[in-house]
Amino acid sequence: MNQDPAIELVGIDKKFGTVHANKDINLTVAKGTIHGIVGENGAGKSTLMSIIYGFYHADRGEIRVNGKPVTVRDSQAAIEAGIGMVHQHFMLVENFTVLENVMLGAEGGALLAKGIASARAELKRLEDEYGLVIDPDAMIEQLPVGLQQRVEILKAMYRGAEILILDEPTGVLTPAEADHLFRILKVLRDQGKTVILITHKLREIMAITDTVSVMRRGEMVATLRTAETTVEELAELMVGRRVLLRVQKGEASPGDIVLSVRNLSVRDNRGVTMVDNVSFDVRAGEIVGIAGVAGNGQSELLEAIAGIRKPTSGEIVLDGKTVDQTDPAGLREMGLAHIPEDRHHMGLVLKFEEYENSVLGYHRSPAYSKGPLLDLEAIRKDATEKIEKYDIRPPNPRLKTANFSGGNQQKIVVAREIERDPKMLIIGQPTRGVDIGAIEFIHRRIIEMRDAGKAILLVSVELDEIRSLSDRILVMFAGHVVGEKTRDADEQTLGLMMAGIAA
Amino acid sequence: MDYFDILISILGSSIRLSIPLIFAALAGLFSESAGVFDIGLEGKMLASAFAAACIAYTADSAWLGLLAGIGASVALGLVHGFSSITNRGNQIVSGVAINFFVSGITIVLGQAWFGQGARTPQLTSAGRFAPIILPGTDAVRGVPVIGSLYANVISGNSLLTYLAFAAVPLSWWILYRTRFGLRLRAVGENPGAVDTAGISVSWLRYRAVICAGLLCGFAGAYLSIVQSAAFIQDMSAGKGYIALAALIFAKWKPVPVMFACLLFGFLDALSNFMQGRQVPLIGEVPVQIFQALPYVFTCGLLAGFVGVATPPKAGGIPYVKER
Repeated sequence: MNQDPAIELVGIDKKFGTVHANKDINLTVAKGTIHGIVGENGAGKSTLMSIIYGFYHADRGEIRVNGKPVTVRDSQAAIEAGIGMVHQHFMLVENFTVLENVMLGAEGGALLAKGIASARAELKRLEDEYGLVIDPDAMIEQLPVGLQQRVEILKAMYRGAEILILDEPTGVLTPAEADHLFRILKVLRDQGKTVILITHKLREIMAITDTVSVMRRGEMVATLRTAETTVEELAELMVGRRVLLRVQKGEASPGDIVLSVRNLSVRDNRGVTMVDNVSFDVRAGEIVGIAGVAGNGQSELLEAIAGIRKPTSGEIVLDGKTVDQTDPAGLREMGLAHIPEDRHHMGLVLKFEEYENSVLGYHRSPAYSKGPLLDLEAIRKDATEKIEKYDIRPPNPRLKTANFSGGNQQKIVVAREIERDPKMLIIGQPTRGVDIGAIEFIHRRIIEMRDAGKAILLVSVELDEIRSLSDRILVMFAGHVVGEKTRDADEQTLGLMMAGIAA
Repeated sequence: MDYFDILISILGSSIRLSIPLIFAALAGLFSESAGVFDIGLEGKMLASAFAAACIAYTADSAWLGLLAGIGASVALGLVHGFSSITNRGNQIVSGVAINFFVSGITIVLGQAWFGQGARTPQLTSAGRFAPIILPGTDAVRGVPVIGSLYANVISGNSLLTYLAFAAVPLSWWILYRTRFGLRLRAVGENPGAVDTAGISVSWLRYRAVICAGLLCGFAGAYLSIVQSAAFIQDMSAGKGYIALAALIFAKWKPVPVMFACLLFGFLDALSNFMQGRQVPLIGEVPVQIFQALPYVFTCGLLAGFVGVATPPKAGGIPYVKER
């Protein structure tokens, strides 16, 4: 561990207008280690990494690679200095093959023919050496996310990266894919590469890193050896106060059946049956969690219940009435609220101002209308109240929604749906891409809803989240509910069920 | 005239009418593959036609005319690049502005310079590209079917016609077999991937609009100094838009682009031929119906028969470095 530093940052400082994104950052990462950088969304992690990779230029400060100062003018310079980056949103051309993506920018000559042969050989070598197995002729768009990420890693390795930066690499991965990624990162480290891992998932930090640095509001507040710290200490450093990591809740007291799903089958846009003959009930005052690896039908199930996707067969009974599955607005009036899985795709219109999103879907309600027109005054007053109650920051209903952080955007959706006081709440991925403080807040709200006697259906790919919130857990695999467990089912049992191995 | 001769005549005219479409559609292919929508094909073509006719007349040289046409078209391409790449303006607005500008300025300049009401003076034979008679034409002329086809359709076209057909495989080769082509297609799909690979997005897109300007230059010069012998007001007559339609119809692939353009050329030739003729079973049909036919057909094709045509993903979106 006491090796030479692979990369050193000395006094890095960066301002965007009035926002001080990075304040006098000093960081040393030792060669051949995995170094974690944690911090809430907006703490400045990504800005710092962008500076290292030449996307932004620091106002002040120095970057040293292998002890030598380097000027990283652009990504080309970073690549030459041996720095590789795996971006959170993949920088891949989706209708290119793996090989073409890997070669892009390092083609080895004006004509492709020669480069293709050597790239193929190099990919084979990387496969043998690091276990980065992939079909070089596969189209990116046909690969699962985990393999797409592997292509990003290969791109960096192909360019001879000695220092690999990964920005929130597990945000889009299933637990199994994440484990596989970690195994690869360990191999890379053992072969002498340096890995910098940016994340806000503390469990990952504890599982894989050697050292960890914590950022808060643009400052580097601590650098610790992972073995000598705890999740609680890191969480406190990140947020600046003590954080409750386990949701505290009492026993559920389930009442009458609110939602009843009977023999439901649903097809996706390609016509593939994604939900196959599924039946279950959700009662008032309980949280039913649906666990499963992404893509096993949970999304389609949620969409069918929310009235967005027409089921091919089966019925859905809400509050004793069979519902019309093509009328989301009618469902809302019946007391069904929906927090969608992807807030950007379905939950929000990012170009709208905050107050517009805070009533979207309920904007026809008499409370927000003056005859045929919107009652802007009432809407803004309502938005301001929600902002206060949900601690949405910055507290400005006139701000464009795109300018809020992920956690605050999610709070806008959560506030809108919960404040309508629905009977039935269906929630998809409530805390995807949300920082730790907001997770805690959203979880507490969900529990409060349950205690107020609402029926809640929760879908999440985060097994931890399912386990800590749910009263009953249904596991979905390949479109079927393969089993039901109580809240104290252990992780391993659920993991095996999610993989379709045990029932 | 027997039916075979009619067919040969229509085929020959189809080829002549599809040449400007092929050049323009390939121009659009380069630009749009790189993510820059190019609605200004029409304007660039018209500007090139005008510049080519002016210089070909003044210098009495087809070659200088061609060069001038290309120059004018590339210059407009750079204007489009400056507004949509450097200044991140709306690509459609920029393209439409170019079309309007050219349509007006050619009339004004034409009248000011030559005083013949927006026409340029008739070119002499030195100002035009002469038909090239391929070897063996006379020898095979007598051979049934093939001989007639060779002599009247394949042989006897201008240099630019042969260039257009050579440009199709060449474009394919550039786009799919060279480093430049790989990067060009990548920047149209995901400029972020190109940027993070250390390649300049702007420079790459500028080169794409220059390629487009070059090809549009050929298209315009063909109109005024090959097909006609002078510039006539608005002589591009919507060919730039038809080329765009062909590009979409061909799903942004070079060889299908050629076939789509030949199809549109054929429709055009057919409508010319049918004017004033008796249609079996129907009788005489007003000219306007046939003139409208290619456009009606285009609408139909684009609406119904193309299936899902996926344009380059980053098309029309200016690249802003962001995180």
